[in-house]
Amino acid sequence: MHMPAPNPDVLRRKARIVERLAHVLPDGAVIHEEHEVRAYECDALTAYKCPPLAVTLPASTEEVAAVLRVCHEERVPVVPRGSGTSLAGGALPTADSVIVGVARLNQVLETDYDNRFVRVQTGRTNLSVTGAVEEEGFFYAPDPSSQLACAIAGNIGMNSGGAHCLKYGVTTNNLLGVTMVLMDGTVVELGGAHLDAGGLDLLGVVCGSEGQLGVVTEATLRILPKPEGARPVLIGFSSNEVAGACVSDIIKAGVLPVAIEFMDRPCIRACEAFAHAGYPDCEALLIVEVEGSPAEIDEQLGVIKQIARGHDPVELREAADADEAARIWLGRKSAFGAMGQINDYICLDGTIPVSELPRVLGGIRKLSERYGLEVANVFHAGDGNMHPLILFNANEPGDLEKAEAMGADILRLCVEAGGCLTGEHGVGVEKRDLMAVQYTPDDLEAQMRVKDVFDPEWLLNPTKVFPLDVSETRRLGAPAAAA
Amino acid sequence: MNAVLEDDIAPAGEAELADAVRAARGPLRIRGGGTRGLLNTIEGEVLSTARLRGITLYEPGALTLVARAGTPLAEIEAALAAEGQRLPFEPMDHRPLLGSDGEPTIGGVVAANVSGPRRVQVGAARDFLLGVRFVDGTGAVVSNGGRVMKNVTGYDLVKLMAGSWGTLGILTEVSFKVLPAPAAAATLTLEGLETAEAVRVMAAALTSPFEVSGAAHDPDDATLLRIEGFEDSVAYRADRLVELLAPSGNVRVERDAEAVADRWRAVRDARKLAGDGEDVWRISVKPSDGVEVARRLPDARLLLDWGGGLVWAGVAPGVDLRAALHGVGGHATLVRASQETRQRFGVFQPEAAAVAALSRGLRARFDPRGILNPGLM
Repeated sequence: MHMPAPNPDVLRRKARIVERLAHVLPDGAVIHEEHEVRAYECDALTAYKCPPLAVTLPASTEEVAAVLRVCHEERVPVVPRGSGTSLAGGALPTADSVIVGVARLNQVLETDYDNRFVRVQTGRTNLSVTGAVEEEGFFYAPDPSSQLACAIAGNIGMNSGGAHCLKYGVTTNNLLGVTMVLMDGTVVELGGAHLDAGGLDLLGVVCGSEGQLGVVTEATLRILPKPEGARPVLIGFSSNEVAGACVSDIIKAGVLPVAIEFMDRPCIRACEAFAHAGYPDCEALLIVEVEGSPAEIDEQLGVIKQIARGHDPVELREAADADEAARIWLGRKSAFGAMGQINDYICLDGTIPVSELPRVLGGIRKLSERYGLEVANVFHAGDGNMHPLILFNANEPGDLEKAEAMGADILRLCVEAGGCLTGEHGVGVEKRDLMAVQYTPDDLEAQMRVKDVFDPEWLLNPTKVFPLDVSETRRLGAPAAAA
Repeated sequence: MNAVLEDDIAPAGEAELADAVRAARGPLRIRGGGTRGLLNTIEGEVLSTARLRGITLYEPGALTLVARAGTPLAEIEAALAAEGQRLPFEPMDHRPLLGSDGEPTIGGVVAANVSGPRRVQVGAARDFLLGVRFVDGTGAVVSNGGRVMKNVTGYDLVKLMAGSWGTLGILTEVSFKVLPAPAAAATLTLEGLETAEAVRVMAAALTSPFEVSGAAHDPDDATLLRIEGFEDSVAYRADRLVELLAPSGNVRVERDAEAVADRWRAVRDARKLAGDGEDVWRISVKPSDGVEVARRLPDARLLLDWGGGLVWAGVAPGVDLRAALHGVGGHATLVRASQETRQRFGVFQPEAAAVAALSRGLRARFDPRGILNPGLM
């Protein structure tokens, strides 16, 4: 993975830039000492690190606007940062960039249960949004695995998903409005407590734009009444193919579970060893969860169990109580931690059409043999979002590169199968150079035109998403394509 | 198939359409089925998508459908119904309201981001749109999104295209997430509620865990709630809602499938305002502000949907409704009016200056010659 050389002219002006930033922010909101900025040198994609020029921690939309105005005038690249949990390097700095962190923007601004929304500052963590409304029986639906730590700003930047998307959608389907600061300091309001755009759906394109169009400081989020209850069922199978067919049959039968999670044998074993969830020793395992009143749950699980029985399950276990439900989820929820205990790993995030599941799993198995690296599969089967974990040894020279090459091959396989490179983690720097696998030059040009409009000088997070050679003329300040 | 007139440009494929755009020397009026009655407001040659037709992929087990943009909506709904599935966002049919002809197309549904009563529960057309292919104003063919449910690869131009009314590009193919159609449905009816009380009742229902999939109020008729799902579940939730809402009055429960469907089709299509003689506005507000909208428009004929968040208003011709609603928030779209009134007020809500500049910038880059439905948005 390459990053462009930092702009020496910006590095030379560091003292002046820091001084100007300090001038518009309260004491302590600008971090620039070398040993301090090191804390911001990477996000959760820890293989790549680079300390930024400086870090700013504004506490209001006005302060964000002031910071961006300074950076715009000084022509300094800006890297927006939520909580730094991106797995794709979305918040990876360059040496000539100023980080705008939203950590101090953590207030709940408005809760309106009758109208079913909450308005928050975007540094607030995902889980604490639900925390702010759960006493009244509401929740915020998107639930990425990092929800304890990840910020709403990052969720919006990456259009984050989670385990319950099949029923509730991802961030973009639960985002009603934002307050956003453009690179030149202009503050815009998009959407609000009403539904749908009155003109072009700018909110829709801002969500998932990886911090390249503006810095989102406030968000209006849809909240939902909590279901009366939820119950998972665990189903073990003797092959991945059978498990895949079962998923398809459940969906076709008209049941809409809130989650259908899939784990393969290497993953089941690692989770079992780590969490002792009592998983069966089998080739593939599904966790299917449904919601409603006890009777409604019985009705839906009845349909699901009947379908499952038609696929000769080696195990079919319904949670009898909350304890057992928690144990069924325990293994799945600790999957990444469990793998981390026994190995270094790369977590992929491609999505495929559900019907292609058996074929793609077969392809991954072949790649695993060819590269000599083990792969554990855990994913959201209902929506086809896969998370193959490629296991490697970071202390073995060349192993990371080998794992990355294999990861790229798996993602190519996902695209060939009619899917995409990333379902919920984002492109960042990690998948940036694979974008041409999925998109034609015209497709990429159309996307870059959007950035030309929001950020004509390409100062916001400019080295992400688009392959460096594709974005080069724009980043280097050539005039944007004729308008 | 929608009729193609002799002078219409009606390409038979995407490449041919791209050639037509590149060859265009003046403005193009983009037409799907022509049911939304837009074409008389703009100038230029008609470019029809009528010959871009057909479902190209449908996988019921993956809840995915892909179709060419000119495919009639009815064809798609029939294919889905045969597998017990549906488009969850319940697109309205504008013909009764506008007195228009033609067949609504799936591309038109996307271009106008058309959703019905279920939008309040499951989301809009744009929320179920997984991918688009389109030809921009330079004649370039662009693909974005795809046919999988979770996809954050690059910018989401899919959302941007939904509701862009052909001004950024001409859709050639769209893909959707679809959902199972429910086994049963019920309508709960309360009569005689004042609008403020009706909006409170709808909020109580929508904030309950009983998954209400429609909440509408006709001040001249009744307040309606809809629940859908498996047979027993619908019965259970109907009982619980009747209990919950009992303090607001007598709640009648309709379980006949055809009667339920008819009732909600009428809401979906705003049939109450069919006919002519009035301007019709479609107003999207915070649901509780539906009450304020009603208060400010004492002479209008109203239909509230989305728990109060969508207000259909029939007003006397030429009334400046946006002025009457100044300060309420949200937006008002002029759906039916004379040519002169449309020109005077504009079909779409004016945007704040900074937002308008972004929208203008996008249109200028996707359609640098300004030939796609010019002046519409």
